[in-house]
Amino acid sequence: MEQHKYSISKWCTVSEEVVKRFDQVVFEGEKGDFVAFAKAYYKTNEIDYPKFFKMDALSKLAFIGSECLLMDEEFDKPTSDIALLFSNASSSLDTDLKHCESIIDKDSFYPSPAVFVYTLANICLAEVSIKHKLQSENAFFVTPSFDGDLMYTQVKYILETHRAKQVLCAWVEYLEGKYKFFGYMVGSYRQGELEHTRENIKEIYRR
Amino acid sequence: MEDLKIELKGKIIEVLNLEDITVEDIQDNDPLFGDGLGLDSIDALELIVLMDKDYGIKLSDPKEGRSIFQSIETMATYIAANRTK
Repeated sequence: MEQHKYSISKWCTVSEEVVKRFDQVVFEGEKGDFVAFAKAYYKTNEIDYPKFFKMDALSKLAFIGSECLLMDEEFDKPTSDIALLFSNASSSLDTDLKHCESIIDKDSFYPSPAVFVYTLANICLAEVSIKHKLQSENAFFVTPSFDGDLMYTQVKYILETHRAKQVLCAWVEYLEGKYKFFGYMVGSYRQGELEHTRENIKEIYRR
Repeated sequence: MEDLKIELKGKIIEVLNLEDITVEDIQDNDPLFGDGLGLDSIDALELIVLMDKDYGIKLSDPKEGRSIFQSIETMATYIAANRTK
């Protein structure tokens, strides 16, 4: 029988204006407005990071979900111990469409630099890295749906090659107001934690 | 000129998504970058777009921006002298 060297220490989801940690609701906002919900989460948790308000929706979603997972980690100096592995289906399409709207009319051609900088999905990795001083490995995959097998393989590679001590994995999907963040942390196996297996990843994603 | 300064402060707060900052919080001579409002390089690009879109001023030389965007006072003075809208 395979001995599992790694375990899932925590997981969280953000969807439909609800934040859950270990399947328990930890924050609930007013329904129907992601931006207002994200702001409410920021204020309630007394986060002091004004750049949050300049982020696009995808980065705000990644930021909130990552906060939920990293809030009890200690970062007194830059670290390469926590790698980031994100994925989604729509890449940065939500912001791409906003940028497209601003350049469609030749007589009113005023593309916003602040919007344009978010027309790459992996920018949200940078936002999380800057906030938590992570100078670590990171990757962003675009797949039709959450691919637990892909995440499992990538995490195993990162940890077995000692590129990081933990990996924050996340499905961070946002398109036209519909969104879902599913994130979990993987590190060396600790008694009592959920084993890092393909089945367990898929099971907690389905919850 | 006073009306233009108030208008500029409002536009900057809105366009640059400056949370928890009101028109009253911004003094005419406060530095916009660095220790003042803490704006960054992307904000500087947004200000260039704002000058073009709302006042018809095209800044082709980035060096010009350094002196124009020092404060609300310097921005308003430049806009008042060069606006086409």
